[in-house]
Amino acid sequence: MDQKNIAVDVDHVVKRYGSVTALHGVTLDIREGEFFTLLGPSGCGKTTLLRCIAGFEDVSEGMIRLHGDDITPLPAHKRPVNTVFQQYALFPHMTVLDNVAFGLARRGWSARDAEGRARQVLKLVQLTDFAKRKPGQLSGGQQQRVALARALAPEPQVLLLDEPLSALDLKLRQAVRVELKQIQRETGIAFVFVTHDQEEALTMSDRIAVMSNGHVQQIGTPREIYEAPVNRFVADFIGETNLLEVDVQTVLGGRATVALPGGTVIDVPAADGAATGPGHLSVRPERITPTDGPGSVTATVDSHVYLGTDIQLHAKLDDGTPLVVRMQSSGADIPAQGTRLALDVEAGAARLLAD
Amino acid sequence: MAKTDLRRFAGFRVTTWLCLLVLYAPLVIVAVYSFNASTSITRWGGFSLKWYVDVFTGPEAPRFRDAAINSFVIAIAAATCATIIATAAAVAMNRTGRFRGKMASLALINLPLMVPEIVTAVASLIFFITIGFKTGLMTIFVAHLVFCIPFAYLPIAARMQSVPDMYEQAAMDLYATPWEAFRLVLLPLMIPGILSGFLLAFIISLDDFLITNFVKGAGIETLPTAIFGSVKQGIKPNIMAISTLLLGVSVVLVTLSWVIGRAGQSRN
Amino acid sequence: MAGAAPGGGASRSEVYRGSGPRLLLPAWIFIGVFLLLPVILMAVYSFLTKEFRGGVIWEFTFAAYDQFFLNRGLFGDEPPTIEWTYLGIFWRSIWQAGLATFFCLLIGFPTAWYVATRPVSTRSVWLFLITIPYWVNLLIRTVSMKFLLRDTGPLNEFLMWTGVIAEPLSLINTNFAVQVGLFYSYLPFMVLPIYAAVERYDFALSEAAADLYCDSWTTLRLVILPAVKPGIVAGCILVFVPSLGAFLAPDLLGGAKTFMIGSLIEEQFKGAAGNWPFGAAAAMILLTVVMGVLLIHARAQMREDG
Repeated sequence: MDQKNIAVDVDHVVKRYGSVTALHGVTLDIREGEFFTLLGPSGCGKTTLLRCIAGFEDVSEGMIRLHGDDITPLPAHKRPVNTVFQQYALFPHMTVLDNVAFGLARRGWSARDAEGRARQVLKLVQLTDFAKRKPGQLSGGQQQRVALARALAPEPQVLLLDEPLSALDLKLRQAVRVELKQIQRETGIAFVFVTHDQEEALTMSDRIAVMSNGHVQQIGTPREIYEAPVNRFVADFIGETNLLEVDVQTVLGGRATVALPGGTVIDVPAADGAATGPGHLSVRPERITPTDGPGSVTATVDSHVYLGTDIQLHAKLDDGTPLVVRMQSSGADIPAQGTRLALDVEAGAARLLAD
Repeated sequence: MAKTDLRRFAGFRVTTWLCLLVLYAPLVIVAVYSFNASTSITRWGGFSLKWYVDVFTGPEAPRFRDAAINSFVIAIAAATCATIIATAAAVAMNRTGRFRGKMASLALINLPLMVPEIVTAVASLIFFITIGFKTGLMTIFVAHLVFCIPFAYLPIAARMQSVPDMYEQAAMDLYATPWEAFRLVLLPLMIPGILSGFLLAFIISLDDFLITNFVKGAGIETLPTAIFGSVKQGIKPNIMAISTLLLGVSVVLVTLSWVIGRAGQSRN
Repeated sequence: MAGAAPGGGASRSEVYRGSGPRLLLPAWIFIGVFLLLPVILMAVYSFLTKEFRGGVIWEFTFAAYDQFFLNRGLFGDEPPTIEWTYLGIFWRSIWQAGLATFFCLLIGFPTAWYVATRPVSTRSVWLFLITIPYWVNLLIRTVSMKFLLRDTGPLNEFLMWTGVIAEPLSLINTNFAVQVGLFYSYLPFMVLPIYAAVERYDFALSEAAADLYCDSWTTLRLVILPAVKPGIVAGCILVFVPSLGAFLAPDLLGGAKTFMIGSLIEEQFKGAAGNWPFGAAAAMILLTVVMGVLLIHARAQMREDG
């Protein structure tokens, strides 16, 4: 990869709090103009990493470079990156305009120029009419846009967003997603977006880093992450999946032959690092279908959940492994509890994990 | 069946009114008698302002005037210094992370609240005499400053805890230096706390008798020591007038602090 | 990495990290030099020899403590027995302070409860009414009480007018008057911390207790009191500690028979009859008792907080 295109280079960053390690040598790079998401459950280290980039936390080991320059020793106020905070942190005693102009004034802009630029950015987020209001007089969605405008105004090299949509209600959140993505494209600034919401991550990001327990589990495009998870954590965290214990017989060139519970042998795509022996096969519930033929596995129905367009069946394989199957509800009869079902596993859509 | 109110206990309301009666009755009675026209302090002789006139023009007027000036000058100076020191201390305790001696510092700030007043008074006197510090206005000021610090600290620290540090982080994210983050963001948000801290310290300084009485030196009086000196010879009506005036000052200041506190609350 | 503390980098999230000690320097200077140091000096004084016109001679002796605790007869040559004069004064102080604490609790708890259970809109007005007297000059409040309790004062006049008594009661210069003064001085100290505790109390607990067959007084005893105990303990300490060393109430409302430790100490530093080392020793004994109470409280609290 061309070194010049890298906006942020996180290089083996370790972060410890006393005896607790929040980041275990995280390495990743964020490219220029990219919408990059740090995705993971709470406590996975994503916010800590963001705060390390912003300069609110020291790193214990490792280095962070911005366009090739080491910024690790710089305090927050000397880093050309800006943050949209989870609770926005708009200065309650200042008007919207003063909030947006704050960073510009600190960078030595004249009051006139700062106001001009602030108004320009407010126009971008469609809040021109609210310039003289105090943040307390705005709705949650408006406050969110002020926070965005304030962080964008000084034209940071990278914009950091710490779960900026989590304080909004669902409907607004979906509208803001589109808007945010659009602003990112218009400004061409690299966005580093922290969220625990996989849907948010999948719909907005150019690339996603899935994190857990202070480790990066996988970095890839939304499609790669969803369709080709490398390990059990990613497969389980993104979307819904069945993890079947299989016996891996051969692994060759990205494919593997595995024996399903019950003995059927199928040929499936394999993640890098998958090895022969006991392993885990990830199969999405919608990729398992009841069949009239012998099927690849047989299961006994425990219960069902009616979801409108779909029906979700909870079943058990003969060895007791729980299995979730999603079938279209139109026309089909709902199998009663205790029914034995023959099921086909779509081999092309399953994936052998590297565990 | 009627629902029982779990918050209600028989007799609690009566007790509360009794409590208010006990708290206010002596003050109200003194205030009423300060308008007594009679020279005898117990017989009611009709309404009059003559004792207030006496306070400002009577034989004791110069003594009380000097004492009042001393009291207010010391209270303003001590409260101002204590507020600045307490604000710095509150920043240190709430905004600078962990450091050695933090718990000891908290104990130190609260020390003037823990040491009984009479002990502080005695210790201060011994200290000033031993180091040869001439007792007078300066010693009163220093002693007041010390015990004003924790009173200023309490509301300031409480306010600072309620201001999340994300505002200053946002300021520093937007290129503000730590000093700018304090001056432009934290300080404006702290104004209600700082004002209540100042007022509290001011009232406490104005209130003090015991410590002042020990460290004031000969010939220097504050209002409480002057009043105490007069009362020792019996309660005279002019004392009641002065007391009522001082009571009025306290009520005005507390009301002010209350209104500021409420305004600060409703703004956030 | 440079600057990383051993065992992991300190967090930079504290905005003014590293300036803590610098910002505390003024507080340390003023409280350290003008309170901590004087208290230490006072401790030293309590072991010095008294000079007759006030002041001390720098010669080490236990005489002050000896005088406080032991009786060696008129000429100091008898075998020492326990000296009851000063211990008696001390005991009276503890008794009076304890009694004041009890009465403050008796009135203060229902008041705090009642105020804290008012609707939010009127609660702050109630609280304001309770706090105002606290901010009125203590001397003025004590003088007001003295005026009220005088033989020919409003209280006696009122009682005689109603016919409850024929002759004025002599209230002033009694232990009763001192007790009333202490109670009156420190009552708000009891109300405020209990109020704070009740305000945090979760009334769902009362509902749960009622659901489990508690009547209201059983709920108070088994559920509410344990929940608000920290506030009650804090209130008791806030009343007991200043009452113990009180000077104004015993001095203005009491007489020779109602002498408390505060007056005893004060007397040693006023006029030629004073005895500075003895006063310092008495102050040290008072300080030790107070610090003991505070320490026990702090340790109990720490145990409860885990």
